[in-house]
Amino acid sequence: MKTRLALVMFVVLMVGTAGSASAQAGGELRFCLHSEPKTFNPLLAQDEASESIRYLTGGVLVRLNRQTQQLEPELATAWKISDQGKTISFHLRENLRFSDGTPFSADDVAYTVKQLMDPALHSPVGDEFRSGTGNVQTRVVKKNQIVVTFPAPVSGMDKLFDQVAIMSAQSPKKEMAVLGPYYVAENKAGAYLLLRRNPNYWKHDASGRQLPYVETVRVDIQQNRDIEMLRLTRGEIDFINSIDAEYYDKLVSTHTAIANDAGVSLDSEQMWFNQVPGSPLPAYKKAWFTSTNFRRAISESINRADLSRIAFRGHARPAVGPISPGNKFWFNANLQPHPFDQRSALQRLSQDGLRLNSGVLRDRDGHAVEFSIITNAGNKYRERMATMIQQDLAGIGIKVNVVTLDFPSLIERITRTYDYEACLLGLMNNDLDPNSQMNVWLSSSDNHQWNPAQKTPATAWEAEIDKVMRAQAASLDVKTRKKLVDRLQEIVWQEEPFIYLVNKDALSAVSPSLRNAHPVVLNPQVYWNIDQLSLGNEMARNR
Amino acid sequence: MKWLRAAAMSLLVVVTVASLVPQLLSGASYARQFRDLPDSPPSRQHLLGTDDLGRDRLSRLLYGTRVSLLLAPAAALLTTALAAFIGGIAGFEGGRLEKIIMGATDLFLSLPWLFLLITVRAALPLNVSPGASLVITFVLLGCLGWAGAARVICAAARSIAGSDFILLARASGDGGFRMLWRHLLPNLRPIVLAQFWLAVPAFILTEANLGVLGLGVSEPLPSWGSLLKDLGTFSGMPGSPWRFAPLILFIVVVSSFHFVLSTEELPA
Repeated sequence: MKTRLALVMFVVLMVGTAGSASAQAGGELRFCLHSEPKTFNPLLAQDEASESIRYLTGGVLVRLNRQTQQLEPELATAWKISDQGKTISFHLRENLRFSDGTPFSADDVAYTVKQLMDPALHSPVGDEFRSGTGNVQTRVVKKNQIVVTFPAPVSGMDKLFDQVAIMSAQSPKKEMAVLGPYYVAENKAGAYLLLRRNPNYWKHDASGRQLPYVETVRVDIQQNRDIEMLRLTRGEIDFINSIDAEYYDKLVSTHTAIANDAGVSLDSEQMWFNQVPGSPLPAYKKAWFTSTNFRRAISESINRADLSRIAFRGHARPAVGPISPGNKFWFNANLQPHPFDQRSALQRLSQDGLRLNSGVLRDRDGHAVEFSIITNAGNKYRERMATMIQQDLAGIGIKVNVVTLDFPSLIERITRTYDYEACLLGLMNNDLDPNSQMNVWLSSSDNHQWNPAQKTPATAWEAEIDKVMRAQAASLDVKTRKKLVDRLQEIVWQEEPFIYLVNKDALSAVSPSLRNAHPVVLNPQVYWNIDQLSLGNEMARNR
Repeated sequence: MKWLRAAAMSLLVVVTVASLVPQLLSGASYARQFRDLPDSPPSRQHLLGTDDLGRDRLSRLLYGTRVSLLLAPAAALLTTALAAFIGGIAGFEGGRLEKIIMGATDLFLSLPWLFLLITVRAALPLNVSPGASLVITFVLLGCLGWAGAARVICAAARSIAGSDFILLARASGDGGFRMLWRHLLPNLRPIVLAQFWLAVPAFILTEANLGVLGLGVSEPLPSWGSLLKDLGTFSGMPGSPWRFAPLILFIVVVSSFHFVLSTEELPA
């Protein structure tokens, strides 16, 4: 049984106090989203814009501190997981109110959980709590105490509540009544959103001043990244939450103080070979792709350092495996990226009967080794990586054809027709817990990309991965889970069903006028501590 | 304006010759990645610098020019031939046949053919060499681009079909192939040539559009489309003006085609 005792309230209140003494209250913080939010219902948020608004407005029971990567109390002062991971009980803060003045109590949590788990709502957040069939039970013990029981154990359950913004059971404003630092005051569709400070927000800084410091947040909808950059450099917006390597370098050369590299992110770029038995590939190619030696040889023939240095202009690191080094706790630090060693690659290939003759690698039957790599058109980083891999593999006599496809065509090939040989794509990962990757690693999953929806695991190592992933999901002991997740990373490193290429850095741009900003690798990179951000005196006065 | 026409023709010849013998101007291969020199400025070794993967820009520009300048006219020839055949017969025969053919042409014109091209391109086999993908791209362009020209040629053929000299020819016993070959085609020549010259830059632009979408000629073979894609972010441009070279050459060549066209349109 796993027990989590929360830290006391004042720890939270002390966070960020270093900057609070000089923090200038008031003013308008401005930034851009690249699309307008599709919903204001926090339980339905799925797109990036809706999730951003949820983060800025929603009050949650527990919050994952994006900097320390530790869970911290918010609306709940303490929580405890019991009943072998099926039950969680929360002690709630008292005397809190929603933005419209409606009082907050355990009934609101019960209402939110009921909404969250309502199958008719199709909440993507709720899907993460679904671990078994049956109803979720909520029991309001007191006004400030509630027990939630799920039909089956939910691994990492407490962390999942980081995404559950509590809604009011009584407020006529429904989801527009919030417990977070801001509420939506104005929404001009397609143009901007104006968020105002929640007058009932419960947090105060060390000097007793109510948070957040900034009076209003204006979120402009701006698709064009060039315009967004221009606006930042002109001082019209205060930050860009995420920028790519080219923009970052441009900023470094012109506005050094603005550019920020928070280090390696959780995102990865990887390639894989099609190992689907029923794919329309010739048998000899299937034999190559299902061979561990072949995959390892390809991996060793790719110069990851060059990919990081050239394709990403140095703002990426050679990747090791499914967990990025940016994920401090779950990353297996004993593993290193596969070295660039084409001699070793040729030795591995010779074990499978593939030999280099007159600059062309041929298998036992004389077939020249040639395959295509598909990737999505328009992604310059992936196109660059594919072209570099093309040259790298030419070094061991392999001819690679790079094919860029529009995204629907690519998805059609990798999920329905399986008419492809190798694919290069990336994985955006916002969740620290490896459970979020369950749908990739289970051999029965539709997202087990190299050979999806297997009735029984095709290989012994896939069977072991299934076992490891199920065991870690069922365990509530963090040390046991860590061991199992380390083992997962070892198997993947050894077998390379995915050839992990690079982990990108988390790059952002922050105006010097923005105080208390400490960009991190987890989303939202810049405004994760939105209630503690403030504007410099001049900026606050002018807006 | 004869001097302008001569200048345009000379320029096209110079560019074509330079693109046919790129090794005289640049010693580097268009595909070789000088990984120690990505995005480097012009130097003695690389006269136009290197691209983001360290490939010689001049070499890629010359090879890309060759690709676009040789294959765009070939595709234009194919599309003009189709347009002349379809539009010529429809206009000359008139009546029901013309209505049916022009109905089909209108239907073809109404198709969002850039998307159609993307779809057809995506359905092609994956393991084709860059050269083959190049030819396929331009053949597709040639096969899909005839409808607009066919309408113009049809209108011209209809006008010729009703003229006195055709009536006279019919009265003299001419008909069928002889009528088409001796009387119709020579009179359609200026229109057909104009359509050809219009199609050349149009195809260069279309390939460039496909290239910008990442769906044109596949790596590592360069084309103007892939070279122009490099200009996607203007924020990086001011400090490296040499990156405008493909755009300048593109504008110069397309303008030259139009200057040549303006003289070709004059009555023979």
